[in-house]
Amino acid sequence: MRWLLAKDLRILRRSPLLVAMLVLYPVVIAALVGFAVTSGPSKPRVAVLNEVPPAANSIDLGGQRVDVSQEAKALFESIQSVKVRSRAEAIRKVRSGEVLGALIIPPDITQDLEAATAGGAMPPHVEVLYNADDPAKQAFVQDTIKARVQDANAALAKRFTKVAAGYIRLLASGGRFSFVGGTFDILGLARAEAILRATAARLPSTSPELRRLRGVIEFAHLARQNLGLATGVLSAVGTPIHVDEKVVKGGKTPLGAFAAAVAVTVTLMFITLLLASGALALEREENAFRRLVRGLVSQTGLLVEKLGLAAICSGVVALLLLAGLSLFVSLPWSRVPLWILGLAAGGAAFGALGVAMGSLTREVRAASLLAFMASLPLAVLGLVPSGAVSGGVYDAIRAVSAAFPFRPTLDALQSALGRSGGIVGPVLHLIVLTAAFTALARVALRRFA
Amino acid sequence: MVKRFGDRVALREVSLSAAPGKLLAIIGPNGAGKTTLLSILAGIQSPDGGEVASSPRRVGWVPQQPSLYGKLTVAENLRLFARLERCADPDAAVGRMLDLADLRDRAGDMASTLSGGNRQRLNIAIGLLAEPPALLLDEPSAALDPRQRERLWEFISALAGRGTAVVFSTHNVAEAERYAQQVVVLADGERLFAGSPAELERVVADRPGSEARDFEAAFVAFLRQRGH
Repeated sequence: MRWLLAKDLRILRRSPLLVAMLVLYPVVIAALVGFAVTSGPSKPRVAVLNEVPPAANSIDLGGQRVDVSQEAKALFESIQSVKVRSRAEAIRKVRSGEVLGALIIPPDITQDLEAATAGGAMPPHVEVLYNADDPAKQAFVQDTIKARVQDANAALAKRFTKVAAGYIRLLASGGRFSFVGGTFDILGLARAEAILRATAARLPSTSPELRRLRGVIEFAHLARQNLGLATGVLSAVGTPIHVDEKVVKGGKTPLGAFAAAVAVTVTLMFITLLLASGALALEREENAFRRLVRGLVSQTGLLVEKLGLAAICSGVVALLLLAGLSLFVSLPWSRVPLWILGLAAGGAAFGALGVAMGSLTREVRAASLLAFMASLPLAVLGLVPSGAVSGGVYDAIRAVSAAFPFRPTLDALQSALGRSGGIVGPVLHLIVLTAAFTALARVALRRFA
Repeated sequence: MVKRFGDRVALREVSLSAAPGKLLAIIGPNGAGKTTLLSILAGIQSPDGGEVASSPRRVGWVPQQPSLYGKLTVAENLRLFARLERCADPDAAVGRMLDLADLRDRAGDMASTLSGGNRQRLNIAIGLLAEPPALLLDEPSAALDPRQRERLWEFISALAGRGTAVVFSTHNVAEAERYAQQVVVLADGERLFAGSPAELERVVADRPGSEARDFEAAFVAFLRQRGH
């Protein structure tokens, strides 16, 4: 079998164009897939008309100055802002498609905000204009701006809550308070209660003032207790729900490592399928198959040789690809043995699928075409995330994906590259697939000659 | 031997024996079962009845289409199959076959660049690497021009001269008459005749009213007499 392997490697070496195509094509595809998977949508271009004078960026909140522009920074970090000078210019840019939307901040927004915090007016508004030519982009801009406005609202609410809580503490416990250049000493409910209790102690028990004073003491006591609770309530109102993230399925694979796993799996699949299917079909086209299986090598041995050839070649390319990717993405080199395990198991399974394709099609062109046509759907099915389709369809996709090596290979490589355990399951899955596809290929060889 | 493909009987109790140093030709019309018979003798197919006395490993087999790798050189093709045949000294076997097939000056050429005749000689040389006592050739001269055919038969005759039992199938009846000492006539999977070419002509001539001017005419007349 090793002589056949050496022969195939020699023939490959003498086909530089084929080798270049086999390596470059999947690497380019893998790079594109990796880029598509990892790069989120770019920041939308949004025209921004900020009519607020620089001097009016701060508002007075109970004697404290709050810089609203600082709290609203989050809004501008998620968009590519294009400054415009007028509402008309903003509308023109939206209509022409130069920008996907426009955000118009009115000049009196800070005054309205100040008035609203004093409880005397409606909350301020910003205006957002959209270009609805492309519904997908419109939805994206809407979602982005809404989310960021909510972030800005949350930041402002947090700031306001902090100021309000300070005043409540001052009312409850007393202290010093600065306002319009002057500093005032606030008695506070706690000290007021203490003074009232001391005064009450000095009054005769039959005094009618004592009964009224006890009512005031009771009020001061209750007010102090409830104001102590109010700071917690205010905090809860500012951020009523906190997000607590926990991963219940899958490892904590960094996005870059996930992209690397996708890129390597795609490369492994293309090279292995094309090589295994083509190399087996070539034995028939060269009329060598019948001569070989006439006692020189067993049919199963021939399948294993083609499978091994494809797995070795694709494994080497995949390792080189990982080495190249590690220049851009942080990959755990300490787990190289697991990389090799994942690549070997994936390569064997893809190789078995490849020889099954080669033995079923019997011709190099048909085998290559089948391998090529099967690769992309397998990759797409394996990358469909849960929640992207209905439950029934997702179950069907999972079942189909489980019958082919792409998804388990991706799982194995994710485990190997993601600093998380769980590689044993995918590797066992790949071993079962290898055995099943090799058996299918062996059966198909009966009509191969 | 008996061979069936579903309901169709490809070979009906066909027997033959090949002697060392002799050439035996299997002739017959299309679909007679010539290739099936050779495939069974080579061990590629199993018979449904009967047996082959010689082990497939002691029989060299040369398929009709050259069975070699176009992207390997002549010497590399021979060396590969010598190793797969587990020859004791692969390089010596390669050298021997290069001389035998008169391809030493083409040893470094890619097999894909060889002429049809040279490819067929290389094809036969590969079948002889293990030095089998018997060699099976499936239509060895098909698709060769007359000059290439002449050289090929010189080569094959020389093999028989070294003691190899050669069994070949052919559509070219004149070649069978010229080179084979024995012919087996197959038609519809049935062995109709086994003997020398001269004996076949006599069988035809003995029939009243038959007059064959040459071996090919005698062969056609024989088939007609037998209802084929």
